[in-house]
Amino acid sequence: MKKRIFAWLFITVLITGAVLHFMSLLLMPKYVSLSREGALVAEYYNEADKNREHQVVFLGDCEVYESFVPPILWERCGITSYVRGSAQQLIWQSYYLLEDILRYETPQIVVLNVFAMKYGEPQKEEYNRMTLDGMKPSSSKHRAILASLTDGESVLSYYFPILRFHSRWKELSFEDVKYVFKRPQVSHNGYLMHTEINGAENNYEAIRNEAERFLYEPTLPQMAFDYLDKTRALCESRGIRLILIKSPTRSVRFWWYDEWDEQICEYADNFGLDYYNFMNNEALKINWDTDTYDEGIHLNVWGAEKLSEYFGELLSSKYGLEDLRGNQQMCEIWEQKVKKYYEERNNSI
Amino acid sequence: MSVTSVEYVLFLFVTVISYYLLPHKYQWILLTVASVSFYILTCFRCIPYILITSMSAYLAGLLIGGEAAVPVGGKSRGKRGYKKAIMITVLILNFGILFVLKYIDAALLGADRIFHLTNSGYEIPQYDVLLPVGISFYTFQTMGYIIDVYRNKADAEKNYFKLLLFVSFFPQLIQGPISRHDELAEQLYEGHEARWKNISSGMLRVVWGYFKKLVIADTLAIVSKSIIEYPESFGGGYVTFLIVVYTAQLYNDFSGGMDIAIGTGEMLGIEMRENFNRPFASTSVKEYWKRWHITLGAWFQNYVFYPLSICLPMQKLSKKIRSKFGRSFARRIPVYIATLFTWLLTGMWHGAGANFAVWGLLNATVMLISMELDPLYSRFAQFAPRVHSSYAYTLFCRVRTFFLIGAIRLLDCYRNVGETFSRIFSIFTDAEGWRRFVRGGFLRLGMKSSEYFLILLCLALVLFVSSYRERAGSPLRYKITERPRTFFLCVGALFVAIVIFGNYGLGFEGSNFIYNQF
Amino acid sequence: MDKLVQILKEIRPGIDFENQSGLVDNDFLNSLDIVALITEINDEFDVIIPPEEITPENFNSAKAIYELINRLQK
Repeated sequence: MKKRIFAWLFITVLITGAVLHFMSLLLMPKYVSLSREGALVAEYYNEADKNREHQVVFLGDCEVYESFVPPILWERCGITSYVRGSAQQLIWQSYYLLEDILRYETPQIVVLNVFAMKYGEPQKEEYNRMTLDGMKPSSSKHRAILASLTDGESVLSYYFPILRFHSRWKELSFEDVKYVFKRPQVSHNGYLMHTEINGAENNYEAIRNEAERFLYEPTLPQMAFDYLDKTRALCESRGIRLILIKSPTRSVRFWWYDEWDEQICEYADNFGLDYYNFMNNEALKINWDTDTYDEGIHLNVWGAEKLSEYFGELLSSKYGLEDLRGNQQMCEIWEQKVKKYYEERNNSI
Repeated sequence: MSVTSVEYVLFLFVTVISYYLLPHKYQWILLTVASVSFYILTCFRCIPYILITSMSAYLAGLLIGGEAAVPVGGKSRGKRGYKKAIMITVLILNFGILFVLKYIDAALLGADRIFHLTNSGYEIPQYDVLLPVGISFYTFQTMGYIIDVYRNKADAEKNYFKLLLFVSFFPQLIQGPISRHDELAEQLYEGHEARWKNISSGMLRVVWGYFKKLVIADTLAIVSKSIIEYPESFGGGYVTFLIVVYTAQLYNDFSGGMDIAIGTGEMLGIEMRENFNRPFASTSVKEYWKRWHITLGAWFQNYVFYPLSICLPMQKLSKKIRSKFGRSFARRIPVYIATLFTWLLTGMWHGAGANFAVWGLLNATVMLISMELDPLYSRFAQFAPRVHSSYAYTLFCRVRTFFLIGAIRLLDCYRNVGETFSRIFSIFTDAEGWRRFVRGGFLRLGMKSSEYFLILLCLALVLFVSSYRERAGSPLRYKITERPRTFFLCVGALFVAIVIFGNYGLGFEGSNFIYNQF
Repeated sequence: MDKLVQILKEIRPGIDFENQSGLVDNDFLNSLDIVALITEINDEFDVIIPPEEITPENFNSAKAIYELINRLQK
């Protein structure tokens, strides 16, 4: 009798586990047609699992994954790169994602967008999920979860996502069933394409003055600097060059204030880091009438190509990155990527 | 620590395993430790209250009981004089604490209304007292013990920690049942062998309780809340719907809690009294109160209603009235007074506020009216026996009882007497409300049609399970636990259902996931 | 015993108390009846029935009630 009890206990645990695992895969949002940002963090493993390495890795929020185009960096300068950005990626999430990346490869350069420096506390639960759910289990993920928890969130729900998404049973869609086991890729090595055109005013001074109203805290939070320190130290320890940047924007609500800029400049000076503020760089030749898809908040594909080309050339010339277009293996891989990129870009016109 | 939390499940797991690892002699000690730990983990600062209750009951018990008892019903009651005084002191102390904690905020508010203190610039201190966990339940249970000792129905407990266990036994703390000393005590202290039947049956019952609470009750709560929050917008059909939904919600939440409590006891080899017995099969309000929250009704009947209705002063009053107004009137007076008073107290037990008192009195009134109409019903049974015993008539009575009770229960929803009556009235007058409701208004209360469908399935399942006992003689879970295979698969299925369909955690609001940085 | 049955018949005529059982369980006597019954019994038999003895076991049949009275008289 005892044997029967333990046998059936074991069988039930297995069956229940399998059923719940499958339900978890079924009920998690697929991020294919809606909220594609949620798919970004996980797509990195498509490359990493194939042992592909990248010379440059970008970290940051939408200002990074909608501004830098790895296929363009390859096409124009022969640079291999990955943009590990995600929705409202917080500075500590960038740090832990870097730890995660370093488990697979050691890039030569890490480019960090400093916009997230303004957040010293966990922000929005949904964005946490879109950034963290995509990470494979690791101690970095665990610490990222702990640092990002908002009220009402539980660590358990990150290890068992079904606890978070179970209520989606009411709104299962065909997409949920179709992509249960495998999802189509939505990004190009982390770049999320937008081809619509919705122009903005390019009056830098006027917008800056208007944005002053929304400056609530002129001092960047200490927690942000703590994690910037950690990132810098991590890069140093692995012989990686850390470059700080600020992507361009013409949005009043998401402005990059001079007060903040000064603090970053100071930090960069103190630690001998290069910091490029692209907010008002004429050399980019960004046309705010045609190069943005949401009236100036982010660049569209046209703007991103310009920025990518400029930055790629800067990276090549100033930091001596090898032009890998001579490498047979790399060419095979990247020519595919460039092809796919132009396919999507041209189809959307 | 909430009962519907992962922590409680772990706590239960640890407690049951430790219980059966110990020799019989010490098992009750573990229960005491578990109960006290549970209390500490749930509300640390409430501990003094339960200690006062248990200690006062312990001392009083020793003083009252323990000697050769004076025969029950004996003519001389002199010796019991001092014992009575002790009992009354302890009762006043403990009920007093309960009363003050429950009513202090309401009292201050009431005083302000009468004396307009805030208008003159006084600040009302907001004690905002959070009632100590289980105080309504353990106070009643313990005072029952004291009264039983006085009545020689129970022996005074000589070991303080054993009494503490009786007072604080953790499964009963949150929602009851209220047990009697002669039923529960011995089971608590004796040792139990680990038996497959108990453990499996109890566990299945606990999981079933979680299912009822998390899947059914917590989901329906969304709809109830929507309707109650905006009474003016939701009249007519919505109120009728609320009666049905809230009843289903309350039943599943309360009986689910009972399943968890009694199931826990069952896992430990302890049989506790049922609090529900298919209440919706009741054909009268009186029968309903013998099938819903049974232990509370029994407590009030045993310790308030009968003592009050047959006590000496009441009998004297009855005699006086008989000489002036006749026998039939005289007979009614004790019952009327006792019934109304008992139900007023029952209402007050449920909460502080005029609406609760009115709730109690309304229930009493309906039952008294029903009692007066008894002869009419008998005549009906005589003249139309086939109709009277037909299923249609029984069904009619059940539906009538359901809505009568449900309408009175709205006092619990709207928390305001005037509002409640206006809402009930709107059932018959708010045509606009009916129109909106019938035209799909019920789909805009927070539950989708897929959820309604799910809940209906679940309710059908609950009906099946609870009626199984009547039809087959023994509860369904005994049949299921006969074989490990069916038991484990049932638990597994329920577990999966709870994880997927349970209404817990953060809901999924697709729009919040759309990234727009705002 | 006869006195008891007489009291019962006065309170609820039409029931065969000599033979009927389940008086409480089957609702032959309601709480009104019980209270009246107890008052009469207390008077007639010079006993005091305490509340804790008001149980279905003690009141389900005339015989049971009679046994209760006897017990109290000792």
